[in-house]
Amino acid sequence: MRAIGIILAGGNNRRMRELSHKRAVCAMPIAGSYRSIDFTLSNMSNSHIQKVAVLTQYNASSLHEHLSSSKWWDFGRKQGGLYVYTPAVTAQNSNWYRGTADAIYQNLDFLKSSHEPYVLVASGDGVYKMDYGKMMEYHIEKKADITVVCRDMPPKANLERFGSIRMNEESRIEEFEEKPLQAKSRVISCGIYILRRRQLIEMVEKCIEEDRYDFVRDILIRYKDVKKIYGYKIRDYWRNIASVEDYYSTNMDFLKPEVRGYFFKQYPDIYSKVDDLAPAKYNVGASVRNSLISSGCIVNGVVENSVVFKKSYIGNNCVIKNSIILNDVYIGDNTYIENCILESHSTIRANSRYVGEDGQVRIVVERNERYTM
Amino acid sequence: MVKKEMIAMLLAGGQGSRLGVLTARMAKPAVAFGGKYRIIDFPLSNCINSGIDTVGVLTQYRPLKLNAHIGIGIPWDLDRNIGGVSVLPPYERSVNSEWYTGTANAIYQNLEYMESYHPDYVLILSGDHIYKMDYELMLDFHKANNADVTIAVMPVPMEEAGRFGIMITDEKRRITDFEEKPKTPRSNLASMGIYIFNWKTLKKALVDMAGQPALDFGKHVIPYCHRKGAFLYAYEFNGYWKDVGTLHSYWEANMELINIVPEFNLYEEYWKIYTKSEIQPPQYFSPDSVVETSIIGEGTDIYGKVYHSVIGCGVTIGKGTVVRDSIIMNQTQIGNCCELSKAIVDEEVRIGDHVRLGVGEAAENEMAPHIYNHDIVTIGERSVVPNGITVGKNAVIFGITTGLDYENSCLPSGKSLIKAGEQL
Repeated sequence: MRAIGIILAGGNNRRMRELSHKRAVCAMPIAGSYRSIDFTLSNMSNSHIQKVAVLTQYNASSLHEHLSSSKWWDFGRKQGGLYVYTPAVTAQNSNWYRGTADAIYQNLDFLKSSHEPYVLVASGDGVYKMDYGKMMEYHIEKKADITVVCRDMPPKANLERFGSIRMNEESRIEEFEEKPLQAKSRVISCGIYILRRRQLIEMVEKCIEEDRYDFVRDILIRYKDVKKIYGYKIRDYWRNIASVEDYYSTNMDFLKPEVRGYFFKQYPDIYSKVDDLAPAKYNVGASVRNSLISSGCIVNGVVENSVVFKKSYIGNNCVIKNSIILNDVYIGDNTYIENCILESHSTIRANSRYVGEDGQVRIVVERNERYTM
Repeated sequence: MVKKEMIAMLLAGGQGSRLGVLTARMAKPAVAFGGKYRIIDFPLSNCINSGIDTVGVLTQYRPLKLNAHIGIGIPWDLDRNIGGVSVLPPYERSVNSEWYTGTANAIYQNLEYMESYHPDYVLILSGDHIYKMDYELMLDFHKANNADVTIAVMPVPMEEAGRFGIMITDEKRRITDFEEKPKTPRSNLASMGIYIFNWKTLKKALVDMAGQPALDFGKHVIPYCHRKGAFLYAYEFNGYWKDVGTLHSYWEANMELINIVPEFNLYEEYWKIYTKSEIQPPQYFSPDSVVETSIIGEGTDIYGKVYHSVIGCGVTIGKGTVVRDSIIMNQTQIGNCCELSKAIVDEEVRIGDHVRLGVGEAAENEMAPHIYNHDIVTIGERSVVPNGITVGKNAVIFGITTGLDYENSCLPSGKSLIKAGEQL
């Protein structure tokens, strides 16, 4: 494809509560074996985008570890590659990324030194599958300056944290409000954009000159009447991870056969870093119902309606219900857990009890001593 | 100059005919093991974990699956600028082209490959054992004894020693004599088929012995070195080591992985076994599934009941189906309301609904009782078993079968139904 990719992965989100203490939203573990950025990276790889920059800032160590090799997404090529950029102090600049547009500006050389005519800019916290090639065809057909991926939201969904869009019958965006208290439209922006590379360079340079730093507010909204900005609707599964509730429900969505079938059985695949863990093991007393279990786990207890990530250990007589157990959690014997998210590397003592209130998921972070060989 | 202290030569060309239909389309080292692995993953992982980054893999019998699995060695970190993994099949030359006629002959035909790395030592391995071993410790032993050849040996019960090549050593572990499958063994140290040679000793022996038909390490090269007065030492290994040469030992070795703390532990952090992972999603258990004492690979969907079994990656086990004491390999689909007992089901098999495998009175297999025994029912790669079929014990099915292939929808114990091209 004649485009390069930029993934905006620097964000933090207070609504992620304790889960964001350890990692950026883009590194949140999803569906047992993945992290949120895997979806965008795989989409880019599957759409034949060969050169991708990931812009990171907030609490990026988990993310950097995850991206330590680009081969999992098939990027480590002579023509292209995966580039991770954090803010750097230079002779001209000593700021952190002051916004999404600034993040692009501080890495403008990446854009300038490329030759591909288009740029695909995407946030790294979306859980979706998409062929960006089709989106680019649409972009060219519409002769658009910028194309924004958007989606109809169900009538009851809370739209406060999205960009709200109103389009005319030709799909040209006429109104664009960022995180409105009272949204005027049920169409939201998914945070995925295509535009010409030179156009992006020009816009971002102008932005910074005027001390403006945000891609949505200072480019999309500011230019919507002078540039042709079109909406490209997606109808398939799309979620973004912005709050604990979203995070919980997105993971639980993978218990549905249609969601699993869509992501895991249909072409193309989603890729992730391979951890070389042994197959999951179920001992006497194990009972697993309507749950996802990942490799490297050892299960001795009861697991129901839950998602268990890699390398976790569930002790004898434990009962885990409606919960998410992140990577490498050790749960001692006779423990009861319901409606919880257990932070990764937690060690839960035997005979404990953790129950989240209905409708309010409890986040458990336990840093107890663990006996290791 | 390119220089590697020790390189490994991994013999992976054998068929392993006692694995029956499992090796009908692939060499034994390519056979799946332990849910997500293939047998060759164990020696390859041992190599990289022991710091050996140059491995020649000698292939001959049905190499397609092996080639696809090894590729350029990425899963084992054996994709190197210098060295790494090289697949070495037999090749034609202007005169005297031949297949690999024996283990040592295969190595002899690749002298050039070994020479190019200017090694001090060459490690000879076979690709059909399940074990974890640090070859670096063996090399330390080799160096400390100033040995020319070191042979890894394992103490076996005296009553079983007659099945192995036995090494007789002095108190310093120098080999004084050896005997192949002796009736009255003088020692219980069995050769594991793992050798470290000084490069010069190996090269000289292979060149001198080149004319010997079916040149073999155990039969020819080691006796030759001994005759010439080389220093032969036995390196004793006491860990888990399993030859999975027969269907029954293969089944047993898989079942041993299920124990609470298996003797062969795949969950250790510091000696990982690497494999090519194509399937990554987690495994799903439906609300009415049951699973107990089993290991299960990635991306598998369980709607039925699984007891005491080893299940591979990307498998589907239908609703109401009960699987006991069985091995189900990657990408196999099993329908609803089936019953499997002590079955080995190879990769990409399709089993319909209401199929029963391994039921009824046992009877000896008529075609090959030395292969199909111990009540195991075996289904070969990419076979199809239609709805409603009942299959007895010690039976074997290979190929795409339809209802017409079965009398009264039944394949009695001890019968074989082989429809796929090449037969065994």
